Amino acid sequence: MALADQDLKAAIAVTRFGLGAKPGEIVEAKHDPQGYLSGQIRRSGADQPSGQAMTSAQRMAEFRDYRRERRELRVEKASDGRPATPAGVAADGDMATKSDVRDPVKVVGNMLRQDISSDFTARTQLGASTDTAFRERWALFWANHFTVSATKAITGTVVGPFEDEAIRPNVFGRFQDLLGAAESHPAMLTYLDQIQSVGPDSQFAINTRRGGARGIGSGGFLPAVQRTVGLNENLAREIMELHTVGVNGGYTQADVTEFARAMTGLSIGNERDGGFGVAIFRPQAHEPGDRTIMGVRYDQQGKEQANAILIDLASKPQTARFICTKIARHFVADDPPPSLVDRLERAWTSSNGDLARVAETLVTAPEAWDPRPRKFKTPYEFIVSSFRAAGGQPRNFQQFGPILTALGQKPFSAPSPKGWPEDAQSWAAPDAIVKRMQFAQAFSTATLRDRDPKILAAEALGERLSPETAMAIARAETRPEGFALLLMSPEFQRR
Amino acid sequence: MNAITPSRRSLLATAAGFGLSVQLLAVPAMAAETALNAKKVIVVICRGGMDGLSVAPPVGDSDYHGLRGQLTLNDALPLDGAFALHPQLASVHAMAKAGEARIVPAIATPDRARSHFEAQDVLETGAAGVYSTTSGWLNRAVETLAIRRKVDAISIGPTAPLLLRGKVQTASWSPGRGVDAEARLPALLQDLYRDDPLLGPALARGLATETMAKDATAGLDGQPATMIKTDAMGVAAPQASARAAAQQGREAAHTLGASLAGFMREPGGPTVAAISLDGFDSHANQAGLLTARLAYLDAVLDGVRQGLGPEWKNTVVVVATEFGRTARANGTGGTDHGTGSTALLLGGALKPGGIVGDWPTLKQSALFENRDVAPTLDMRSLFKGVLADHMGVDRAQLDKVVFPDSAAVKPVLGLV
Repeated sequence: MALADQDLKAAIAVTRFGLGAKPGEIVEAKHDPQGYLSGQIRRSGADQPSGQAMTSAQRMAEFRDYRRERRELRVEKASDGRPATPAGVAADGDMATKSDVRDPVKVVGNMLRQDISSDFTARTQLGASTDTAFRERWALFWANHFTVSATKAITGTVVGPFEDEAIRPNVFGRFQDLLGAAESHPAMLTYLDQIQSVGPDSQFAINTRRGGARGIGSGGFLPAVQRTVGLNENLAREIMELHTVGVNGGYTQADVTEFARAMTGLSIGNERDGGFGVAIFRPQAHEPGDRTIMGVRYDQQGKEQANAILIDLASKPQTARFICTKIARHFVADDPPPSLVDRLERAWTSSNGDLARVAETLVTAPEAWDPRPRKFKTPYEFIVSSFRAAGGQPRNFQQFGPILTALGQKPFSAPSPKGWPEDAQSWAAPDAIVKRMQFAQAFSTATLRDRDPKILAAEALGERLSPETAMAIARAETRPEGFALLLMSPEFQRR
Repeated sequence: MNAITPSRRSLLATAAGFGLSVQLLAVPAMAAETALNAKKVIVVICRGGMDGLSVAPPVGDSDYHGLRGQLTLNDALPLDGAFALHPQLASVHAMAKAGEARIVPAIATPDRARSHFEAQDVLETGAAGVYSTTSGWLNRAVETLAIRRKVDAISIGPTAPLLLRGKVQTASWSPGRGVDAEARLPALLQDLYRDDPLLGPALARGLATETMAKDATAGLDGQPATMIKTDAMGVAAPQASARAAAQQGREAAHTLGASLAGFMREPGGPTVAAISLDGFDSHANQAGLLTARLAYLDAVLDGVRQGLGPEWKNTVVVVATEFGRTARANGTGGTDHGTGSTALLLGGALKPGGIVGDWPTLKQSALFENRDVAPTLDMRSLFKGVLADHMGVDRAQLDKVVFPDSAAVKPVLGLV
């Protein structure tokens, strides 16, 4: 591996570890490329997107009101003798049409959608404008590691607050604290179905079987009386498989079920016990008794039991190995150098999962500075870096939301708890390249005006700009065509 | 990187030719290849672990009601005394009644970890275990076939499924604005990408597919660009008008299926296709979730059938998922990760028949680990049967290349 010179290292620092260069950024990184990155690591965590974001609990309450009103409206319409349809589906010319304009349900529904897109817009604006883009990338890595997704309606309005409340403050702290914050957040509890999971031998289950108990654990979102109560093992499995030890981490189906039993009681509150959308522990829904997981007996009772298990999972060597491999894959190569993974793993283990130490190790590891750009940008990285290259930031959701969806990375909507894929094969399908080209064309036409694409190319890629691309841009017929060539160049598409 | 030395290539050709002559016996090779040229196969992957007992409820099984409780489907569409189809699978049901659809009620990949991601990898790579190969079995099947005849493959959606990734550059398409044929940028980029092994072939292929798309999607209701949202499967935001959204979703799904069919009907168009649908992971409130997802699936399949028109008789569609779900309902109105599930076989090329594979029953003693439907058929057997009989893939290649080290996994023959 050839050692990169200082100019090239500055370009690598800004493009590989950050979100692409803003004009002037590579020059700024030049005097000390590694220090430029190390200086972005801080105990207090990642930056918060600006805006008047509501808390998760407020969002949950808003969502509950929306569901409730919708239900009531349906009942009302049914008793009117009109079809019991949700708002907004009234046929043209129907009497209901006029009133639907101010239909409170529709209004709130739009407000919720608006919440989701404004959260995502604030996050994208932060990405496009930040001076500390490595810090932001580090936060995005962890947000994807602990994926929650708007593919589930109840979770949708709290994906943004989840990142702000559980992820961003903890990304340079201990992994165990980040893990605890993520798994007990209302977004995770709803996304992976923990809110309804009840111990089969808990007091609550016994009462329900006698026919005495009312609905619980749903925060008012679900039918008041459920016909069955019992375990849901979704969160337990994904914590082990995706968040800690990994699928080859040495656990069995029995361990998953035991862990699910240990976590019963963890849910979100309702009107009677703690407030809507607030993470709580209900002792009466907790499965009594000791649990044995991966050969360790847990005799704690109540919520301490799940906490003890989480702490143990966080400190397992399998967890260090699994996550350090992911970090190396995210930042350096789809097939990362084993020596880099070893290096990160040693930093993790010797610091007991201190994520600031792991980040520092990453940016000082020689393997991470290989001049070959081996990562193909995800759609989000491509779009954000395009805005940065143009020296601007998006004003509204329409400027980047639809294209992200068309490229397969719909805002806040990862297709599964595994999160967005990392590899080039996933993102470089023929259709996706054509759509990136269409975006580059439209974006260049809309943003470039009278600026010189040759200068923007030098600012965006520095020493990484190839003679072929520089030549193609120099020969472009129009300025926007030159800028589109830059955005679509092999070196801009990679980092 | 794809360079095959002349000697290696002729060796492969010889081997393939030998396999073909054995397989087709007295049929003249040229005529046989011509007939095979028209054969089409479509693989639909339903991600998230589709609940087989909801797709094709075993209504005749005396343990079905007891295990399923509130998840019992009382209004399922009957197939025979033993099985029925989910009420949302009305088009599939009509095909079954016409002898053009069959169910495979207890099928699984060789993976038993109950992990979505590991099981999807095994389903799509066609390997015996996870992490042993990085390309998809359908790509390798195309690679094998391409030695003898021109075979193209396409995936529908913004990202290419692992199933179709590999050495052969395949097409991919999702609805969009189309490419301005007059613009200079595509040509300039092709020049800039001439030494780029990833972007060069991908852009060339994407542009060719866009050209084909103009004809392939012509005449479909509405403009695909506005008709089809790539997010139609997702419940992105709380919908103020759930029913209207569902209707839009069904129409979009139908158009998506018809678009895929449009490509396959084009002269020189793809004869192999893959499409994947998300969102089948039904841990809670399964009834509502599956109603929406299966309606979507049904509309895609109906769109494919209608769109293919006269080519439907040359087509086999396989619908598969990474694993089934627990036989018992869980505590939250859903089911957790399980093992055996139901696959669907559809197409005008199918021979009519009953269920494919054996039904293990839902007796407690018959359940896998006292929990899941016990698989009686390896997913690879089904795929191999379709590829061998319908597409004419050589048996030796199936055992070694398409599904590595799988000689012991016998194909299900006689499906077409």
